[in-house]
Amino acid sequence: MNVDRITEKLNILADAAKYDVSCASSGSNRKNKDKGLGNASNGICHSYTEDGRCVSLLKILLTNHCIFDCAYCVSRKNNDIKRAAFTVQEVVDLTINFYRRNYIEGLFLSSGIFKDADYTMERLVRVAKKLRTEHNFNGYIHLKSIPGASEELMREAGLYADRLSVNLEMPTEAGLKLLAPDKNRQDMIDPMQFLKKEIIQNTEEKKLFKNTPMFAPAGQSTQVIVGATRESDQQVLQSANYFYKNFNLKRVYYSGYVPVLADQRLPALNTAVPLVRENRLYQADWLMRFYGFHVNEIVNNQNPLLDLDIDPKLSWAIRNMQVFPIDINRADLQLILRVPGIGLLSAQKIVAARKFAGLGWEQLKKIGVAINRAKYFITCKSNEFERRDLTGQKIKQFIMAQSQSKYIKNTQTQLNLF
Amino acid sequence: MHTLVYDGTFEGLLTAVFEIYERKLYPVKLLKGEWRNSALFEEVIPIVTDEARAGRVLTGLRKKLSAAGVQRLYISHMAEITGEDCNVLGFIRHVFDNDRNIEEDYGNRYVMRLSEILKMVRREKHRMEAFVRFQKLNDGTFYAAIEPDFNVLPLLIKHFKSRYADQKWMIYDIKRNYGLYYDLHDTQFIEMDFDELNKPVDVIAAYSEDEGIYQNLWKNYFNSVNIVSRKNTKLHVRHIPKRYWRHLTEKI
Ligand code: SF4
Repeated sequence: MNVDRITEKLNILADAAKYDVSCASSGSNRKNKDKGLGNASNGICHSYTEDGRCVSLLKILLTNHCIFDCAYCVSRKNNDIKRAAFTVQEVVDLTINFYRRNYIEGLFLSSGIFKDADYTMERLVRVAKKLRTEHNFNGYIHLKSIPGASEELMREAGLYADRLSVNLEMPTEAGLKLLAPDKNRQDMIDPMQFLKKEIIQNTEEKKLFKNTPMFAPAGQSTQVIVGATRESDQQVLQSANYFYKNFNLKRVYYSGYVPVLADQRLPALNTAVPLVRENRLYQADWLMRFYGFHVNEIVNNQNPLLDLDIDPKLSWAIRNMQVFPIDINRADLQLILRVPGIGLLSAQKIVAARKFAGLGWEQLKKIGVAINRAKYFITCKSNEFERRDLTGQKIKQFIMAQSQSKYIKNTQTQLNLF
Repeated sequence: MHTLVYDGTFEGLLTAVFEIYERKLYPVKLLKGEWRNSALFEEVIPIVTDEARAGRVLTGLRKKLSAAGVQRLYISHMAEITGEDCNVLGFIRHVFDNDRNIEEDYGNRYVMRLSEILKMVRREKHRMEAFVRFQKLNDGTFYAAIEPDFNVLPLLIKHFKSRYADQKWMIYDIKRNYGLYYDLHDTQFIEMDFDELNKPVDVIAAYSEDEGIYQNLWKNYFNSVNIVSRKNTKLHVRHIPKRYWRHLTEKI
C-alpha cells in the first residue's frame, strides 16, 4: 500500500464529501450473519467534528472528477482543485480497517459523475457488493444514487446498501435550474419513485417469504441546500413535506449553504453559513414527523419564514394562545406534545405518572419539563399558575429575556465567522 | 438513624432490605465496604450477605415489578455510582410499600431518580460503544482501554460480541482493573496483573504492522471532514467531554 498516496486521496475525497450533511446510520437492523463482521442496528456517532457534527460513517467520494458544473458544489467541472479517484479495493480496505477498530458504523459512498451516470453508479455498486459478498461485512452502507442511473443498477444497489439517497439539492425546480443547469429534477424524482416502489414491493414480499433478500432496509433520504437560492422556509418545508408524503422518505436533510464560489447567482463568499436557520428547519421537521404538526401550522402565507429568535413550537404556541392553558393532568398526549418546554419523553412520562397522582410543578420539573417556558401554557396540581392574560408577544419577550444569553450566543457564532 | 454496612453486591443489598423489614430499621443509612471506622457512628449493623434472604427479597420484587423493572433496578445498583445506594434502597421500599406496580410513578422522587440514574448509565454505555478504539496487536487481537464514569463493562458484552464476531478483542476498564475478552467463541471477564515492569503500555506495545497506518489515516479523515466555517467548539466538547479524549485515536 502506498501510504502517502492513499492519505492524499483520503484527504481530497473526504473533504469533497463533507458537505453532504447526512451521517445517519440507524434504522437498518441488519444482523451479523454467520459470524461475519459487523451489524447495522442502532446508529452510533463514533466521534464529533470540531463543528459539532456526528461522525458515524466513513463518508467519501469515489472520485471528485465530474462532468457537471453545479454552482454550489466544490467538485464542479470548472473549479480548479486537486482531483483524485479511489479504486474499488481501496475503499473496501479503508472501510473494513476503520470498522474493525470501532471508528465507524459503515460507509457512505458518493461520487462525482465521471463519463456518465451508469459508469459511475456501477462502481459504487461494486464497492458495496464486494464488502457484502467477499468480506461478509454487515455494517451500514449508504450509497448515493447517481441521477440518471439505470433501474438495473439501482435495484442491485438496493440489494447491498442499507440506505440509498438521491439529493434534490435545491428546494425548488427553479432553484435547481438556476444553479445546476446540467441537472434535471425529473432525473432525481424518477429514481426516488423507483426506490419507493421497490421498497414497498420488498416489504410485501417479506411478509410472504421469510428469506426475501433485504432491499435498502433503512429506506431512502434526500438533502436540500438552504440559503444558496432565495426559497422561503415555507417553500423548503412544503417541499420536504411533499417528499415525505409521496416518496416515503426516511429523512430530509437541510444543509446550510457553505459559500464555495464567487458567482452572481450565489450569496457572496463572505456570507455566513445560515446555522440558526438550518437548526430551525430541523426543529420544524421534527414537529412534522414526531409531534403531529401539519406543515401549514408551522409555516403559511402569513408566516412564510421561521422565527430565528425562538423555536417553531414556541412560535406556533404564541400564535395560537386560544388553545392554552391546558391542564397537564387531563389533556391528551397529542396536546401535551404541543406545549413549549415539553419534549417527547417528558410528555410520555407525564401521561404515565399522572395515573398515580396529580402532578404539580415540582414533579413536572423532575420529569424534565422546562418550567420557565411551559408555565405560560399549562395548569397543574397547584394553585400557582400564570393568571395574567398575557399576549403571545409578551410571552415571547419574557422567555427571550430569560434565555437571552443563549440566543445572543447563537447570533454571535454566525457573526464570528467573518 | 441506623447505619448498615454491606459488601456492595446486589445480593448484599437485598439482604440489607430483608434486615430492614425484619427488624423494622427506620430510618437507615446504607454504606458499602468493610467497616473500620465504626467508632464514628453510634450503631453500625454489619450485613452478612445471605443468599436465601436475598432470594426471598428478589422473589418479592419480581412479583411487584416487570422483568424489565427488576433489570433496571439491578443495573442502577451495578453501576456503582457514589452516593446512590440510598436512592436505590428508597426505590425498593417504595415498591414494597405499595400494592401496585410503581415503575411509572415518576411523581415519586425515588422512581424519578432511578430513571435518571438509568439515563446516566445508558449514556455512559452508549459512549463506550462509540468511543472504544481498538488497536490491533501482533497476534491479531484488537485491544481497547476504557475509563468509564460508571461500571458499564458488563453492559457492553452483547453489543461488541454481536458486532465483532470474527475478530478476537479485549476491552479493559483500567479504572476498575478488569476487562472483557472475546476469543471468537465466548466472552469472559479477566484481570490483568500490571506490575511496575508490565504496564498496560508495554502490554499493548506489540502493535501489528499496519496499526500506525490506519491510526494516521483515521486522524487525517477526522481533520478533513471538519468544516472550518461551521466551527463550534462548545458543541464539540459537549458531545465528547475532554475526559474521554485520551483514549480517542483522533484526539490524541
Ligand atoms: S453532479 Fe454532483 S459532484 Fe458533480 S458538480 Fe454537480 S453536485 Fe457536484
